[in-house]
Amino acid sequence: MTTTENKVPDPELAAAVDTAGGATAPGIATGYEGTIGDQFRAYIARVRSGEMGMLPAIGGFIVLCILFEILTQGDFLGLLNVSNLITQTAFLAMLAVALVFVILLGEIDLSAGVTAGVGMAVFVQLNNSLHINWFLALIVSLVVGIVIGGFIGYFVAKVGIPSFVVTLGLFLGFQGLQLVLLGNGNSYRITDPSVLAIENSNMPVWAGWLMWAVIVLVSLGSAFYDRTRRQRAGVPVRPISMLAIRVGAVAVFTGIIVALLNQDRSVSVVPVQGVPIVVPIVLAILWIATQVLDRTRWGLHLYAVGGNPEAARRAGISVAAIRISAFVLCSTLAIVSGLFQASEVGVVGSSFGQTDVLNGVAAAVVGGVSLFGGRGRLVQGVVGALVITAITNGLGLMSLPGGVNLLITGGVLILAATVDALSRKRAGASLARV
Amino acid sequence: MVAPIIELRDVRKSFGPVDVLKGVNLKVYPGQVSALVGDNGAGKSTLIKGLAGVQPYDSGETLIDGSPAHLATPKEASRLGIEVVYQDLALCENLDIVQNMFLGREETHQGTLSNGEMEKHASATLGSLSVRTMKSVRQKVSSLSGGQRQTVAIARAVLQKAKVVILDEPTAALGVAQTEQVLNLVRRLADQGVGVLIISHNLADVFQVADHINVLYLGTMVAQLETKETNNNDVIGYITGLKSVEPSAAGAAR
Ligand SMILES: Nc1ncnc2c1ncn2[C@@H]1O[C@H](COP(=O)(O)OP(=O)(O)OP(=O)(O)O)[C@@H](O)[C@H]1O
Ligand SMILES: [Mg+2]
Repeated sequence: MTTTENKVPDPELAAAVDTAGGATAPGIATGYEGTIGDQFRAYIARVRSGEMGMLPAIGGFIVLCILFEILTQGDFLGLLNVSNLITQTAFLAMLAVALVFVILLGEIDLSAGVTAGVGMAVFVQLNNSLHINWFLALIVSLVVGIVIGGFIGYFVAKVGIPSFVVTLGLFLGFQGLQLVLLGNGNSYRITDPSVLAIENSNMPVWAGWLMWAVIVLVSLGSAFYDRTRRQRAGVPVRPISMLAIRVGAVAVFTGIIVALLNQDRSVSVVPVQGVPIVVPIVLAILWIATQVLDRTRWGLHLYAVGGNPEAARRAGISVAAIRISAFVLCSTLAIVSGLFQASEVGVVGSSFGQTDVLNGVAAAVVGGVSLFGGRGRLVQGVVGALVITAITNGLGLMSLPGGVNLLITGGVLILAATVDALSRKRAGASLARV
Repeated sequence: MVAPIIELRDVRKSFGPVDVLKGVNLKVYPGQVSALVGDNGAGKSTLIKGLAGVQPYDSGETLIDGSPAHLATPKEASRLGIEVVYQDLALCENLDIVQNMFLGREETHQGTLSNGEMEKHASATLGSLSVRTMKSVRQKVSSLSGGQRQTVAIARAVLQKAKVVILDEPTAALGVAQTEQVLNLVRRLADQGVGVLIISHNLADVFQVADHINVLYLGTMVAQLETKETNNNDVIGYITGLKSVEPSAAGAAR
């Protein structure tokens, strides 16, 4: 992406305009002023006006947890199942995060699942058949993802074909490519211990606590960094107690999870304990990607293009470059999700990933990401994935027939979309009232 | 006589078989307000979209400060100091006021957005527009009224050090007080030496604020008048096509 010459706003002009007009300082707030109470009331007001974000998803998740805990007589929130739930969520969470990048643009990638399949087909051929080191093999499959994303992005942004059509084409085509790459009906076992470890092994207890310390320090550090930067710019900051509460909440919440996962959850004599290895990997990717979305011009421009592409174009943003880069990220992260899934199930067959993409889209929607583009955050994809995986997991524990699972997942999806639509209608109504 | 900061010569634009601009000449002077009037569909917005680089002309010459310029992209126009307030405002509803005001020209420090600085500059500019009705500069544009949105679009244009500010019906959605503010601002911008081109259907506004009045009729510039040498009825005559071009008069105006 090219950078524009940054013109500094003209303080003289602003000042001259100000005095000439005899205008007084307007005192428009920034949303950062006031006590904790004010901040809390402002937050409630935002929620009530329809900006609910992932609140419904979190609420839904809590309800599901209570429900399943009762129905399974305590199995659902047992130590073993909590850790299972986390590892089972990892791949769908990654897929949803990948999809959020393009959904934020109001686009869709129906081929994300089969892209993961193609990536993993390449991976197992390199790793199993050619005995190439797993890391190199992964790099190659990620490059495959970059190429696929670039291909989709080119056809969407430059040729002007709707992403639904381009990726539907790839969804069909890649199923054939998977067969070609793996051979009809063949499936390959994942044998590399490093890859299997991602989903099936846990970190030592000390490493879990180290991860916790890093999380707390990073959230503390970035909160202070933002605060000092705002202070240096001479704009209001939130009360320091609010920062303390925020970081404290993160510390307590993650601390509880780490403590639980560090307990022995074995059902046999061999102890099983520690945070699953996949957890820090997902958190690291999520954190980095979120920073990029929140703090860079690229991230802001992604939201701008999703909100109003014509306005973005007129503001000098290269809309095509933003679109292509989002599809590249989506396909590449989809292959990472494929790696998690391969590690979890231990085999890569010629139909790998073919039924996953709609679950990924559902996860994003349940998390509160708008399919119309411009509204949503990456973490919402993770929360949505947690909800959907919890349904599968909980019903699995109750050993209900598979059909029920799909029915309920579908129902939850429609429910989530309804909550979103109603909240926005309400926001519209309140806007009209004022 | 001041040299024009923008001069368009024989500018043409068609959409398929429809000729929207049929060889238009226009001059905008620094420190002066030029109005562009004409009936609906006359081609006013099309004319300024060419200047903004969002919809380049098919042919014709564009001179900026006397030298030929090629306005093929919005970036190019912005680099040359041309800022535009579009009729449709061109705001991103999902972003907040500050983000919209700085869109495409964000301030950064080591690659990350300088949100505090941008917030401060945005507040100062809004203050200069005497905006009092907005709760917070971090409010999403989707939660603003039509008039408030219009103010944000104008604030976006005056935020940057522009040589030329073009406003496409900036007062259409505004109330009486806010309209007065905007017209004052237009005058003040011109007093700063900025060349202002304003499109408006409200002739009272035009007569109040403009130094020159350019009338576009079905894609042709039918009159270029000095405000103090003309009157309401004449301008209406040109706009409606009842009064036709007087080459000598139009020429003498320059
Ligand atoms: N993108 C386009 N494609 C086809 N025709 C267009 C396009 N843009 C404008 N036109 C046509 O060009 C003519 C002039 O449009 P324009 O928007 O410039 O008018 P205007 O003078 O700004 O009118 P108004 O006062 O209603 O804003 C109209 O007939 C319109 O239909
Ligand atoms: Mg127009």
